[in-house]
Amino acid sequence: MTFNIHDLVLLLPEDFLLGATCAILLIDLFLKPAQRSVTHWLSLAALLGTMALILADTDPQVTAFSGAYIHDKIAAVLKVFILGISAIVFVFARGYLRDRDLFIGEYYLLCLFSILGMLLLVSAGNLVMVYLGLELFALSTYGLVAINRDSGIASEAAMKYFVLGALASGLLLYGMSMIYGAAHTLDLAGIHAAAPTVEHPNLLTFGLVFLVVGIAFKFGAAPFHMWLPDVYEGSPTAVTIFIGSAPKIAAFGMAYRLLESGLGSLSPHWSLMLGALAALSLGIGNIVAIAQTNIKRMLAYSTISHVGFLLLGLANGTPSGYAAAMFYAISYSIMATAAFGVILLLARAGFEAEQIADFKGLNQRNPWYALIMLLAMASLAGIPPLFGFFAKLLVLKAAIDAGMLWLAMVAIVFAIIGCYYYLYVIKVMYFDQPEHETALALPQDKPLRWLLSLNGVALVVLGLLWGPLIGWCYRAFGLPS
Amino acid sequence: MQSNSILLSLLIWLPIIGGAIVSLVGGDSASRARWLALAVAILVFIVSIPLFTGYDASTPQMQFEEFHVWIGAINANYHLGADGISIALILLTTFTTVLVILGAWDSVHDRVNQYLAAFLVLEGLMIGVFCALDALLFYVFFEGMLIPMFIIIGVWGGPRRVYATLKFFLYTFFGSIFMLVGLIWLYFHANSWELSKLAELKISASAQAWLFFAFLLGFAIKVPMWPVHTWLPDAHVEAPTGGSVILAAIMLKIGGYGFLRFSLPIVPDACHEYAWLIIALSLIAVIYVGFVALVQDDMKKLIAYSSVSHMGFVTLGTFIVFALMRGGGSRHAAYLGASGAMVQMISHGFVSGAMFSCVGVLYDRMHSRMIRDYGGVVNTMPWFAALWVLFSMANCGLPGTSGFVGEFMVIVASFQMNPWVAAGAAFTLIIGAAYTLWLVKRVIFGEVANEHVAELKDINAREALVLGAFAAGVLILGVWPAPLTHLMDASIRHIVDQVAIVKI
Repeated sequence: MTFNIHDLVLLLPEDFLLGATCAILLIDLFLKPAQRSVTHWLSLAALLGTMALILADTDPQVTAFSGAYIHDKIAAVLKVFILGISAIVFVFARGYLRDRDLFIGEYYLLCLFSILGMLLLVSAGNLVMVYLGLELFALSTYGLVAINRDSGIASEAAMKYFVLGALASGLLLYGMSMIYGAAHTLDLAGIHAAAPTVEHPNLLTFGLVFLVVGIAFKFGAAPFHMWLPDVYEGSPTAVTIFIGSAPKIAAFGMAYRLLESGLGSLSPHWSLMLGALAALSLGIGNIVAIAQTNIKRMLAYSTISHVGFLLLGLANGTPSGYAAAMFYAISYSIMATAAFGVILLLARAGFEAEQIADFKGLNQRNPWYALIMLLAMASLAGIPPLFGFFAKLLVLKAAIDAGMLWLAMVAIVFAIIGCYYYLYVIKVMYFDQPEHETALALPQDKPLRWLLSLNGVALVVLGLLWGPLIGWCYRAFGLPS
Repeated sequence: MQSNSILLSLLIWLPIIGGAIVSLVGGDSASRARWLALAVAILVFIVSIPLFTGYDASTPQMQFEEFHVWIGAINANYHLGADGISIALILLTTFTTVLVILGAWDSVHDRVNQYLAAFLVLEGLMIGVFCALDALLFYVFFEGMLIPMFIIIGVWGGPRRVYATLKFFLYTFFGSIFMLVGLIWLYFHANSWELSKLAELKISASAQAWLFFAFLLGFAIKVPMWPVHTWLPDAHVEAPTGGSVILAAIMLKIGGYGFLRFSLPIVPDACHEYAWLIIALSLIAVIYVGFVALVQDDMKKLIAYSSVSHMGFVTLGTFIVFALMRGGGSRHAAYLGASGAMVQMISHGFVSGAMFSCVGVLYDRMHSRMIRDYGGVVNTMPWFAALWVLFSMANCGLPGTSGFVGEFMVIVASFQMNPWVAAGAAFTLIIGAAYTLWLVKRVIFGEVANEHVAELKDINAREALVLGAFAAGVLILGVWPAPLTHLMDASIRHIVDQVAIVKI
């Protein structure tokens, strides 16, 4: 593998984001705290600029650095949504950060580096690239979780996240070393070509087990989900919304690259493993979520259950399964952003709105935001005609097509169980009396309110007109749309 | 491929958009919300009339069709169309919604705009269920109904509303999601969600059995059939009056409609195989649940159980078709059974809607649904008592009222199949009369029971209008059901003829 400096041109979007991030890092040093908005707007511009560069290439087929970097249609779709959702997160987070003296440049910089890591991860064509992208993403998020360094619970969460994340990285790396040992190459395409004829197929399978464990860790799939609820609960909500949305899309990209691009020929093996992980995640996520009183923790367990659905799509090992899983990851991120957005909106200085009880009687105080939360919850529960239903539908369809009828049944039973805790939030908002009668003093954060409204409306509109989006996902995998 | 008519789309989206507007602009002024909602509901009713006048009843073809590609990637289409069965149910929906909005005029004071908006949205979704010709579109409307109903029971319901509404939601969601699996399986084999294509698909006997039970779970819970009916009494008791009326008059019918539209044409052989099961469950519903109704001390619960019992006739009439068509019985009797089931659905829509409205009228005055709190209402509310007695008579199936027509048709048809089944079904006439008349005796007649009853005021003009409209429906359908049966005849014959074809 030779390093060809001209290949850097091919990575234009990533180059742009890296350059912009470094520039923001420098500019931020010279800003007074009162001028922090400049960092905010520059970060947004960096994300949108990167997105524009990706969208400008309508038929992306870039391979750079001897195949270590692949920018294809799949990567393009994933990157656009990673960037777009992160941009929404920036807008949502601003008021929250300012109220808590967390409106500092580090938040934006760590997020931007983390996003850069995600972009590289979904474009990885080589095991080393997977690892580098993953670590750039993960190290930045460890820092983000601890961004409020005076908070004991946040530091604890960051510590847990770091230790377990390091363990997961270690496992992943160990698996990679075994695969390298068996296939004699780090290149994913090379591994794919070599896999059917390797000398020690057991070594390859053994390495695969570690890879799957590493992937499950990053997704937060049961039984490797222990870090997730603590991190969601312990982080400031502005960080939780970031961790809870775009990284799911990136994790899908990573799983796709490693399992399909790299070890596609072992799909009978990993399909079983993913199936088991999916069933466990659906079970543990949905059942434990019922017992939660903290809404961030509840959403964390809900994430675990959604990861179960996503893995169910991946487990099929068919293009339509991947497209369904990709659609699921994207739709989940949009729904989660809306749900966390409402939490951010209700949080004020000195009040976190973290308990489900804090939502009591929201409908009587702010009917519009109660309706958005209702849409987000019903969408997460998978009730038509909302967006979340169609994501579930596609995954179920892919699973049934692939003959995994029983797994689909398991998913459905747990989806019904899962309905309960989403409905409980609706119940609290609509059926309970508010503890104080006065309308909430909403923050004067117009961008947040408008964008959140748009996000809520999108759940309905995308539910009715999801054709273009699914068409995009299908085309990325070369399926007719 | 079709000439597109926008009438059905208008019927679906007009109330939904109207509901959104009502909830937005009616926040400050309850009376503005009421008038606006009433205007929307009346407008929708007027728009639905051309369905009846413009329908060609001589053919079972779907009419007023509208076709757009919805999601190309999975071949789902926005395909609407209506035959006689759909039109009858759509008219029932638009008619009842007007009355529900009128009925809520004085009885709901809390967040009126949201209450009325929920009903309008619900109306649009229910109409969507009745005219969707694409299985996925049907499912979307079918499930989408749950959210507004969940809110209606949960926000404006009685003391145990949270329990009731969660039970309602989870029960129906549980049933329908298995139906979804069945639909996805069908899509996988037919590569289409079109109902007409699914009906043509050849399916093996074992697969038909699985599909049959998947559909059964979805629709039986909705109807509801014994033994999955237990959500209904809770939901009815806790729901506000309007919620009970819509639930009984229309939402239950969606289960019966689903059997006719899905189970019969798509899996006829499994339906034949398991018709005995449905007939047995229906008879249990008719007889056993009738007895259960007898011992209730809550008026709404009594009517709820009576609904389960009457809906047993619908499933009975639908499934004796198999015994008749395939067991060498007369084809004419099969038509009669299926038509009876449909007439019973429409009639029950009027009767149960009216009965729940009556209970609502009493509840607004006394804030009690308990039978023991009443007695001698006829002395203070003579007009109300007269109407209540009329609806009660219809509930027992007295000739001259709509309740008689459907039950009679089903009983006659089932006699052709097996006299014992007919005897079981006819038994309901006795038990139905027993619980209904005993209710009338305890609530309406006798001495004035207490000073609260003595202070009751008779119905006002608005309530008289609501109950009078129901009464007109009950009587017209009772003495002259021909327009209704004529409307549905060709469509029902078409479905029944499909049943005769073995499609394994």
